[in-house]
Amino acid sequence: MSGWTDPHEPGARPLAPADRLEAALRGAIDDTGHPAPALVAFLTGGHPTREGFSALLRDVAEEADAVEVGVPFSDPMADGVTIQESSRKALEQGVNLSWILDTLRDTVRRPDWPGTPLLLMGYLNPFLRMGMGRLADRARDAGVCGFIIPDLPLEESAPIRATLASRGLALVGMVTPVTPPARRERICREGTGFIYAVTRTGITGGDFTGGTSGLAAETAGFLDAARAVSRAPLLAGFGIRSAEQVRALAAHCDGVIVGSALIEVIDRGEDPGAFLRGLRR
Amino acid sequence: MNPRTAVIAGIDPAAFGPGADLPLDPAAALQALIAGRFPDARGRFGPFGGRFVPETLVPALERLEAEARRALASPDFQEALAREGREWIGRPTPLCHVERLGAHYGVDLWLKREDLAHTGAHKVNNAIGQALLARRLGARRVIAETGAGQHGVASAAACARVGLPCTVYMGAVDVQRQAPNVDRMRRLGARVVAVEKGDRTLRAAIDEALRDWVSDPDGTYYLLGSAVGPHPYPWLVRELQRVIGDEARAQCIERLGRLPDTVIACVGGGSNAIGLFHPFLGDAEVEIIGAEAGGTAFDAHGEPVSDPDPTAEALHAATCVAGEPGVLHGCHSLLLQDPDGQVHETHSVSAGLDYPGVGPEHALLQAIGRVRYVAVGDAEALQAVDDLCRFEGILPALESAHALAVAARVGRDRPGATVLVGLSGRGDKDMPTLVQQPLPGHQGGATR
Ligand SMILES: Cc1ncc(COP(=O)(O)O)c(C=O)c1O
Repeated sequence: MSGWTDPHEPGARPLAPADRLEAALRGAIDDTGHPAPALVAFLTGGHPTREGFSALLRDVAEEADAVEVGVPFSDPMADGVTIQESSRKALEQGVNLSWILDTLRDTVRRPDWPGTPLLLMGYLNPFLRMGMGRLADRARDAGVCGFIIPDLPLEESAPIRATLASRGLALVGMVTPVTPPARRERICREGTGFIYAVTRTGITGGDFTGGTSGLAAETAGFLDAARAVSRAPLLAGFGIRSAEQVRALAAHCDGVIVGSALIEVIDRGEDPGAFLRGLRR
Repeated sequence: MNPRTAVIAGIDPAAFGPGADLPLDPAAALQALIAGRFPDARGRFGPFGGRFVPETLVPALERLEAEARRALASPDFQEALAREGREWIGRPTPLCHVERLGAHYGVDLWLKREDLAHTGAHKVNNAIGQALLARRLGARRVIAETGAGQHGVASAAACARVGLPCTVYMGAVDVQRQAPNVDRMRRLGARVVAVEKGDRTLRAAIDEALRDWVSDPDGTYYLLGSAVGPHPYPWLVRELQRVIGDEARAQCIERLGRLPDTVIACVGGGSNAIGLFHPFLGDAEVEIIGAEAGGTAFDAHGEPVSDPDPTAEALHAATCVAGEPGVLHGCHSLLLQDPDGQVHETHSVSAGLDYPGVGPEHALLQAIGRVRYVAVGDAEALQAVDDLCRFEGILPALESAHALAVAARVGRDRPGATVLVGLSGRGDKDMPTLVQQPLPGHQGGATR
């Protein structure tokens, strides 16, 4: 982030959180140390249990290049059944934004924390209630490098982008297959941290247009076009659940985001680390 | 009553830009509304409104806005709309003098009879207009949400009229309490989807309709039923509903030779109310009152019944009375929410008012003090249903009865006032709720 300096360390000039996130995604490697598509894992904050969340986050952070923590909201209009349900379960346990920030802060301060960059993903209203300035300060303190706000389109985003940027935090831009080219270019230019390319129109979860192995030509074309104009890494998300998909996507993006499929693994009581490792095989 | 500056607590400049927390100039804001400068290019009514939606929907909303502006400015479209109004809806709806009930309430009482509109409520004005738009846009299918079922019925009918398939999302709670309307929608050819998620009422139905729309933003037309949601809906729905106020104002001048002292409408999302109010906004001598659902939380004087507990789920749906700024369903407006920004579950005996948000134009009108919003509880509304039945032989919708109840309050405060009430719909759909209520004069409950 040009112009940003860390107020806590006036002498040194460490990477701003947003830059740290971009660097982690660009530098992703697989088990064997070879460059690999970046893997961003999505967890719903406080799901499946409040008590177990910190340990789950650490386990997932071991395997992922960044972790996106979802802030549950009562009206998740862009989410499919899996993430809706996980949000509902978290809310029922009294999870709120403040609890999530405290939990992240405590988790990243433990000696066994792998240093993985974190993102907060959430609908606007809970963020507004805390106040964007206060939220940005607390998020930075909790190891958060950037924000994904699905109900904040480009036109409405300037003040929030500025508030986050003044703390060195990223605001991820989202593009979809129906975003017109000129608009796509603006979003890809302005997005920081990474660009979230939604692989298909629709809500989270469900099936991926390319089936489990193939990749529709139009999806590949859309990703290529977006990647060509993006300053930040371009990550593909929505409906990604298999290693075949990740392989098919690898040539067209810098990484993938895995959400609903990971939540389903957790809901079934399976090992999320093994699932994530399997995706890059 | 008319403050010189209006401060809206809780608008964060770090989220809405420098100056977002500055006081509004009410006179300037009202002028902007009347002159059509609100909504502005970004869909804002002052600090309220906007377009807070997933990126997938932005191009669809831009297309809709452009086409709606073209259509509403086109004489051909306006003529087609007026013809549907005359021949299919039965417009103009009458202005009806209800002298016996007026005498009982102590006011000179006039009703704008949207209950006589085809399908039984004002909702049809908006539904046919948007269905015609959907056809112009080349949509393959139409989706709609519904609370009371009136918008669902109106959408089903309008889609049949223009020849488009229609799917209606309806909360499972509402499917139960408005059963007659579910059968009507199906008979009119619509597919009705009972939404079992969230609070299983109107708000969950909107969530689900939005999810459907995100999945097919190009081929699907979302026929939103109230003056809420992302820009351009609050503006579009108001433009399609203002026929209520345009007609009523002209009818008042013709029948009464003057404007009413007070205009009252019920406010759920706020479409019938904004349609009635908008043409009266510039008439400074006319008092305007919006009646919100007080549920079980407000007494017969509109006062809260107990100490409000900020963490308790709302037992009402009185958003302008008790809400705070927030973003829901793509729109920055007032919202019933908890301290964490989670949206409250609401309660009202009337499904059509059972919504935790309100249209952005109402939020502005409340902030600048041009419209006074009051809460009317379940019991007071049910009393008004009985009053209109007994004195005038008209069974009103439970929603509309909230507005009627305010006329009784006006009679206590300002006896003799000339009062215009928007009777937004008829109550046939409410029979499943009404049969649970004791018949007046029959102690011990209904005899069936
Ligand atoms: C008869 C009637 N009146 C009022 C409403 C409330 O909606 P709005 O506030 O948009 O007019 C409804 C909603 O279903 C209704 O059916």
